[in-house]
Amino acid sequence: MPTIKVDNQKLVVKDGDNLLQALLSAGIDIPYFCWHPAMGSIGACRQCAVVQYAGEDDTRGRIVMSCMTAVTDQARFSVATQSADQFRKSVIENLMLNHPHDCPVCEEGGECHLQDMTVMSGHSVRHYEGKKTTYRNQYLGPFIGHEMNRCITCYRCVRYYQDHAGGHDLNAFGSRDRVFFGRVESGLLESEFAGNLVEVCPTGVFTDKTFSKHYTRKWDLQSSPTICQGCSLGCNTYTSERYGQLRRVQNRYHHQVNGYFLCDRGRFGAQFVNAESRIRQAGIRNSQGLYDATELKTAIGIARSIISNASTIKGIGSPRASLESNQALRELVGQNNYSNGMTEVEQAMLQKIIDVLRSPIPTPSMMQTEQCDAVLVLGEDVTNFAPRLALSLRQATQNRAKTLALGVHIPLWHDAAVREIGQSDRSPLVIVTPTEDRLDEVASHVLRLAPDNIALLGDEICHAIKDEDNGTASDNVSSVAREIAGLLKQATKPLIVAGTSLQHPGILQAALNIAITLNQQNISAGFFACASESNSLGVAMLDNQHSISDIMAEQPETLVVLENDLQRRLGDRFDASLAGIKHLIVLDHLDNPTVSVSTLVLPAATFAEAEGTYVNNEGRAQRSFATFNPAGDITPSYELLDQLRSVKRHIDEIHHVIANSIPTLAGIVAAAPAASFRIEGAKIARMTHRASGRTAIDANISVHEPTPPMDDDSPLVYSMEGQHEQAPANLRAYSWAPGWNSNQSNHKFQQEVGGSERTGDPGILVLTGGGEIKTGDVTLTHRRLVPELHIFGSDELTNSAADLATLVTAPYLRMHGTTAQSLGVVQDDGVSFEVNKQRFSFAVIVDDSMPADSLAYPLIPATVVLTNLDDIQLSKAESWTKAPASGQRMITTDRSQ
Amino acid sequence: MPGWLIYFIIFGTIFGAFGGAAVLIWFERRLLGIWQDRLGPNRVGPLGIGLALADVIKLFAKEDWVPPFADKFVFVFAPTAIVMAMLLGFAVVPFAPGIHVIDLNIALLFFMGMTSLAVYSVMLGGLASNNKYALLGGLRSAAQMVSYEVFMGLSLMGVVMLTGSFSLVDIVNTQAEKGWFVFSQFFGFVAFMMAGIAESHRLPFDLPEAEHELVAGFHTEYSGMKFGMFMVGEYLGLILISSMICTIFFGGWLGPDFLPPIFWFTIKTFVFICFFILLRAAIPRPRYDQLMIFGWQYLLPLTLINLLVTGAVVLWL
Amino acid sequence: MLNILKAIWSQLVTLVEVLRHTFSKADTVQYPEEMPYLAPRNRGRIVLTRDPDGEERCVACNLCAVACPVDCIALQKTEDEYGRWYPEFFRINFSRCIMCGMCEEACPTYAIQLTPDFEMCEYDRQNMVYEKEHLLISGEGKYPGYSFYNVAGKSIKNKDKGEARNESPPVDVRSLLP
Repeated sequence: MPTIKVDNQKLVVKDGDNLLQALLSAGIDIPYFCWHPAMGSIGACRQCAVVQYAGEDDTRGRIVMSCMTAVTDQARFSVATQSADQFRKSVIENLMLNHPHDCPVCEEGGECHLQDMTVMSGHSVRHYEGKKTTYRNQYLGPFIGHEMNRCITCYRCVRYYQDHAGGHDLNAFGSRDRVFFGRVESGLLESEFAGNLVEVCPTGVFTDKTFSKHYTRKWDLQSSPTICQGCSLGCNTYTSERYGQLRRVQNRYHHQVNGYFLCDRGRFGAQFVNAESRIRQAGIRNSQGLYDATELKTAIGIARSIISNASTIKGIGSPRASLESNQALRELVGQNNYSNGMTEVEQAMLQKIIDVLRSPIPTPSMMQTEQCDAVLVLGEDVTNFAPRLALSLRQATQNRAKTLALGVHIPLWHDAAVREIGQSDRSPLVIVTPTEDRLDEVASHVLRLAPDNIALLGDEICHAIKDEDNGTASDNVSSVAREIAGLLKQATKPLIVAGTSLQHPGILQAALNIAITLNQQNISAGFFACASESNSLGVAMLDNQHSISDIMAEQPETLVVLENDLQRRLGDRFDASLAGIKHLIVLDHLDNPTVSVSTLVLPAATFAEAEGTYVNNEGRAQRSFATFNPAGDITPSYELLDQLRSVKRHIDEIHHVIANSIPTLAGIVAAAPAASFRIEGAKIARMTHRASGRTAIDANISVHEPTPPMDDDSPLVYSMEGQHEQAPANLRAYSWAPGWNSNQSNHKFQQEVGGSERTGDPGILVLTGGGEIKTGDVTLTHRRLVPELHIFGSDELTNSAADLATLVTAPYLRMHGTTAQSLGVVQDDGVSFEVNKQRFSFAVIVDDSMPADSLAYPLIPATVVLTNLDDIQLSKAESWTKAPASGQRMITTDRSQ
Repeated sequence: MPGWLIYFIIFGTIFGAFGGAAVLIWFERRLLGIWQDRLGPNRVGPLGIGLALADVIKLFAKEDWVPPFADKFVFVFAPTAIVMAMLLGFAVVPFAPGIHVIDLNIALLFFMGMTSLAVYSVMLGGLASNNKYALLGGLRSAAQMVSYEVFMGLSLMGVVMLTGSFSLVDIVNTQAEKGWFVFSQFFGFVAFMMAGIAESHRLPFDLPEAEHELVAGFHTEYSGMKFGMFMVGEYLGLILISSMICTIFFGGWLGPDFLPPIFWFTIKTFVFICFFILLRAAIPRPRYDQLMIFGWQYLLPLTLINLLVTGAVVLWL
Repeated sequence: MLNILKAIWSQLVTLVEVLRHTFSKADTVQYPEEMPYLAPRNRGRIVLTRDPDGEERCVACNLCAVACPVDCIALQKTEDEYGRWYPEFFRINFSRCIMCGMCEEACPTYAIQLTPDFEMCEYDRQNMVYEKEHLLISGEGKYPGYSFYNVAGKSIKNKDKGEARNESPPVDVRSLLP
């Protein structure tokens, strides 16, 4: 640990840090732009200048960039000395030369890193009187706004977009003072992680368009710490509200889970809370099949009498509902009548994942996967199934460059140098999937195989690791398997990624076998499992006894469905399964096929309106807190279900009930502080201390201000009165520190820059140790139909987010050329098939990279009927919906050009 | 003196004092307005005189409220005490030759006794309110009044020595021979006037109610007519002190013959009332410790020296 | 001793000085019979002004709302098809307003201005809630000639990039000339 002297103050700093990191970690404010904790330094902006002295006797020193200066023992620096201060002042003045007078009409205003740094540097007057450079903006899709005039050319955007997220379509163009950051031509930014540009850009060049539509300044937002509902990774987010509407989602730093970045599904998908199709009132189906809006009290009364008169009552929970809601349902219908709302196959796979998480096999967190030096992805379309993981796996491929850099003593924060030495040399990443994935481009090996063959290859790799030859595979397959096995064995920290996306237990088993075998050979191979929904693992741990089919097989008279669209699970069997049910009570947020066949529907609160605990794919139980109090009858599901059995209890009591009845979930009580938590006698404020309009917001309804809604469930308050910065990480409602209005204030809450939170990482790992796992036999499914996942469209809830919905693909069938030939169709022709005597016609995409015997269909609402089918009988169609050009995102036309 | 006349004088005194107090509410504000370059009350009736009536109606119409935490009996008794004490003080004031309620031979002592009783009213009011501001106000008034009581008495001793009597009628009559005592007893006059202001806790010596420190001091919890009685008591005190100054130092009803004696008495009293209001308009309130130091370190020696000198003069000249 | 005399003298002079005011004229203005003169900068009823083109000056930046010490301003930003920001609604609860003028000082576009009109009493407090249609006037108020977008970098209808004051025309990114 070197000791340095900064302005005659002695600091013990971390070895290998650069000075900027060290200073920020020590709490010394220093302005910067181009450096980013997740992306290292390049020394482009010259803003973080300090003076370095040669020794104790040196009085003049020389100006150095702190982000490009390694800390060495006994080095002496000054931040405050006049020459450094003057230098920084002139740098910011130069950076601001062309910055427009835009702050009042800029979405970044009030949380702008450039504003903060300008104030910190002390620049206030533009002395230069020349003209300001201007640019034309581009249309970058429905999510990201572009206002190039505001650019200060720090290059963070292209460094993030190209180097970190691996995008290709954002670049720096032009020369001298005409440098332009954008695309070659207007159009959608292709990367799934483009949304992070909003947070990466230190000023307002890239802004959140979805937020701008109902823009609110950061100081006016009422926010809370939430858990993303987009997939199973459990990324931490800040969700913000104003005027009763969800306004935006921002990244909430978590050292182990999502770090500094989110995917676009998570960032823009949460707008489903505001969707048109939201169920805002209880409804009772009348004789015409329409729904009569009913007061919640009446509806609850009717539901109570249905339940008390029912001869048989069953309940179907949901992996996208919180543990508390599922537990409340489990208590309502009884343990033997409850299903966690998943199919047998998925339940069995999740049980496997739980077993491996409890076993001694290392199960790294998402941030830890970035350290792995060889990755095998077996059957998972990571980019579209667990998108944020794809960003981490991209970082993992950089480990080769990092090893090379360390070999020649280049510090790892020296970003440009590390990338220069690595060139295109990447750590091995093997992707074995049936369909294309954007991650393929950084992979060392890409194999397109049908699901069964993926399982068989996995089995073969397992044998190859053990140096056995079971002789069943062809020479071709076994040589590939040996090569992959070799890569994994050479690595010091290999990682196997598998999951439930293909609903293929064989693939998961094969991946597990590989991990177990490697560990048996004393190679510390990690296993990373992806599940499908935000609480898949949680409900599997809660109660994995009965599947949906078990419940349906008993033909219950009354069925209570909690936040679950059964059509997505049952596919073509949906209508038949629900036919015999007399009373179907559904609690949900959004209209869906299950809701529209229900007899009674109750308006359930979303994650942004209710507290809940979610267990992510690594077994981390995390608490999500309500952002706002929903208007009208919308009520948290656990409260509705409790009301159905005339019980009133506090959510903390449900935590204790779960903890007492299920030992593995005992940790959820400690996942976040209980409602009685106080700091100096105060709760945590959801609003900033400068929230405005308190006496005018509701003045149009009544000039007498209403009492603020009370929140008995959580240690947070719907008010600006309470604790702000002192809140622990799992309760902090927004990221702000004095002088740091932007989300760059993260470092104020970290033990060291880019490290754990001072108050500990949020959430608690509930599955730790105590288990055993053995290799098993790989089973095959013989399915010909393969679901192809889409980051926009394959998730149930986020589909309803208005802007995201424009990017959902039209239905299609992707097939190999030979299949197409045999059907007599070509690209853009249509094929049709029949399910349940209903005809469907989809467009054809001919793709020779597909495994020849498979048919891929996009997992979107339009194709839900194919969910459980193994095969379909195809014929050439007369009419169909045209497929999108790339089969990926649809590109909308540019308005501004 | 016929029996009916004495009743006439008694009721005349009571109604005169009360009427004077009521009119003073309006008159003081009007005068303060003039000296502060404002108009003062001018909307109700001619010159705003209707305000006095309006104020009285308002005070009577207000809810007669006793705070639940107060000592009920004392709380109600306190404001009546001050009015009673002040009215009794008027009994010994000679308005004109033969026009007085009673000519006591201990009139001065009676007057001082009555003004001393008024302190109980303020103190009890403060105590019974069960309120920290009221309590502090009560404490202040107790200390202030007890202190100033001392040289109020001493300052008058010179006059008593010169007259050889405690009777106010005798004092006035003596002044007809020896000239107004304000000349021979100038320092006694100064000390008596100061003490008088302090006794009636008028500005600038209104520390018991010092509103920017103690909300409203001893009457913080009072409202309606009970508050009104404190206010009336204060104005009664003002009139009483003015008439006493006029009687003791300015020759009472004495004056040239073109006006009847009662008019001279009224005019002189009125001038002093105006003077007290001028003090309120001009002089800021001293700090509490300054008030006490002023009393004990300056006024007390002054009156003692005055007494000594007067004694010497009476003895040897 | 001298100090005491000085102090006494000072008190006497004060008395005389105040007494002399008996003969000076009262400054009172008998409102409402007599209307007082109010300077243009007098802080009364708040209005929203328009720029010289007749467009709303307010850009919904929310600075007035955050500057307001009684939090009586609420608004929501929206934008027109050319990207010009304006308030979707703009509400001032005058029953809370203390006419401090902080909103006017915070306003970067001279949109919100306080006028010398203070006579806005109502029998019903609800009528003290003013919406945008009540606040918006058709003139420029105290600051004629100012248009925020003429000095800002954002392009709006009839003002393209590079047409604002002190701006050069948009650069040709594809040019490689030195």
